[in-house]
Amino acid sequence: MPAATMGRVTSTAPAVEVVDLVKRYPKRGSNAVDGVSFAVRRGEVFGLLGPNGAGKTTTVGVLTTRVRATSGRAVVAGADVAADPPAARARLAVVPQRPNLDQSLTARQNLLFHAAYHGVGKGERVRRADDLLERFGLGERADSKVDEVSGGQAQRLMIARALMHDPQVLFLDEPSTGLDPQARLFVWERVRDLRERGTTVLLTTHDMDEAQELCDRVGIVDHGRLLDLDTPAALVARHSDGGTVEVVVTPPEGVDDVAGAVRQALERVDGVRGTDEMPAERPAARVRATVAGDPAALLAPVAEAVASTGAVVTDVRLGRPDLEDVFISLTGRELR
Amino acid sequence: MSSTTSDGLRADEGGAQRRPDGDGARRSVGHLAPALAILRRDLFVTWRELPAFLAQVLLQPVFLLFVFGQVLGSLGFLQEGYAALLFPGIVALTAFLTALQNTALPLVIDFSFSKEIEDRLLAPTPTTAVALEKIVFSSLRALVASAAMFPLGVWILGDIPWRTEALGWVVLFVVLGSLTGAAAGLPLGTLVPPSKINIVFALVLTPLLFTGASQYPWASLDVLRWFQVVTAFNPLTYVSEGLRGSLLPSTPHIPAWVCALALVGFLALFTATGLKGFLRRALD
Repeated sequence: MPAATMGRVTSTAPAVEVVDLVKRYPKRGSNAVDGVSFAVRRGEVFGLLGPNGAGKTTTVGVLTTRVRATSGRAVVAGADVAADPPAARARLAVVPQRPNLDQSLTARQNLLFHAAYHGVGKGERVRRADDLLERFGLGERADSKVDEVSGGQAQRLMIARALMHDPQVLFLDEPSTGLDPQARLFVWERVRDLRERGTTVLLTTHDMDEAQELCDRVGIVDHGRLLDLDTPAALVARHSDGGTVEVVVTPPEGVDDVAGAVRQALERVDGVRGTDEMPAERPAARVRATVAGDPAALLAPVAEAVASTGAVVTDVRLGRPDLEDVFISLTGRELR
Repeated sequence: MSSTTSDGLRADEGGAQRRPDGDGARRSVGHLAPALAILRRDLFVTWRELPAFLAQVLLQPVFLLFVFGQVLGSLGFLQEGYAALLFPGIVALTAFLTALQNTALPLVIDFSFSKEIEDRLLAPTPTTAVALEKIVFSSLRALVASAAMFPLGVWILGDIPWRTEALGWVVLFVVLGSLTGAAAGLPLGTLVPPSKINIVFALVLTPLLFTGASQYPWASLDVLRWFQVVTAFNPLTYVSEGLRGSLLPSTPHIPAWVCALALVGFLALFTATGLKGFLRRALD
């Protein structure tokens, strides 16, 4: 069956491939997307992290056939988005930032008609709609008009709708912006489900927790450029100056300056770069050590050093570097 | 209806085993099936709101027919036979303006506020097919509205001009009028910025309503030459004249073939500019 193998995407081919992508708007001085290249592996949850206006949504716009690139190449599940938009659309799905549900239809009808647009047969689309409404906790809302559902439910419904035609790549644009914490956790759970089911997910976010929690790999984007790309852990290891270990200690009998003694002891520990005394309730003292690398690795030597002064550790807090530090290191600015 | 079922889409159950490849099956679904599914959704919603839809599109022509055909006649302000002249013009007006408004207004709302159209633009079909569906759907609504004007005309006027042998021409002009109106709504709904749509609608609809030879035969405007020239630029004139000529051949009228040709020309012009406007709004 040559027809069936034609255009077949082998499992080693990337799910999304972007090469030297540029998007220039005539009225803007700088490029919205300025020479971005990356590839998303099949089954991966991939995040584009950056502030608003960094070019994330424009990049996703190109990949989802809604924005025409000025130059460069974008391929989704083997379909070139510029050369064959309908083929790309058949294989991808989009959950937009702003609700765009069909207001004239109920929740279930939104799912059913979406599947019909994608040529899913009648019996199959009814089965999928029932299944997805259940999975997304929308069973009771199935026959409600969509203007009656809450913001969190609308977001879930849009994800369910996107899954109705069984896309190979799912695009989530700022999936949890504007959601309350509970709704946000629900969305995160569903994204993890999708990874387990083997669906490739590309999400954009300006929320470093979201990127860190959900993504296998993260691309840091600013001013239309991709600054770095790797797993969250590797990015943090590469771009941050380590973390902190903070200890609260109770002094032994008769010692006045326990903080000074502890600081001296800590500064002799390998990997500690410096120490500061922090405010604390007397007679306890609080000392923060800045460390290179993973602070957890220094926990034992730090405890030992404190014990050598005769003081007793009553509380420990580790300050791990995160993607926020990575972003600051790469751009010199804070993400938010 | 079951022809849209595709085996490729059913292939995978667990998810771990991806579909062998849906492409062969998906290609065979073709680009027409998604557009037809979109049309089916529009018809589904219209059918559910049928009474509201009919009230919305028929109120204006019914009142025009009632006041100008019946009331003024009863009061003795009109010449004998005016109601018969008016009727084909009102049918034309219903077809053309219903179609125009049914394309333009929803497009403005869709692109600017509700964004509902985004899900359609992501259907596996060319973007122009989504635009053409709008034209077809608005035309269907206009066809229903203009067909309803015939029984309503009998009810209001007691008697309407009718020639069964002209049925083919009547259908042709109602269809062409609906299509041209629907196509005219496409540039209007996509090229006009949302903040200006109110003013543009007011400035466009009222002149269209009164310069379209609906309320008078075009040939009789000889005495008002400048106005006759103005009306020649309104596509509605050719729908009115075509229908009037078919139903009342003895009234002086623009030849049917001229009307048909003019409408095809307008249809092509509006479709071309409308598709351009639609693509501009749909793609960034």
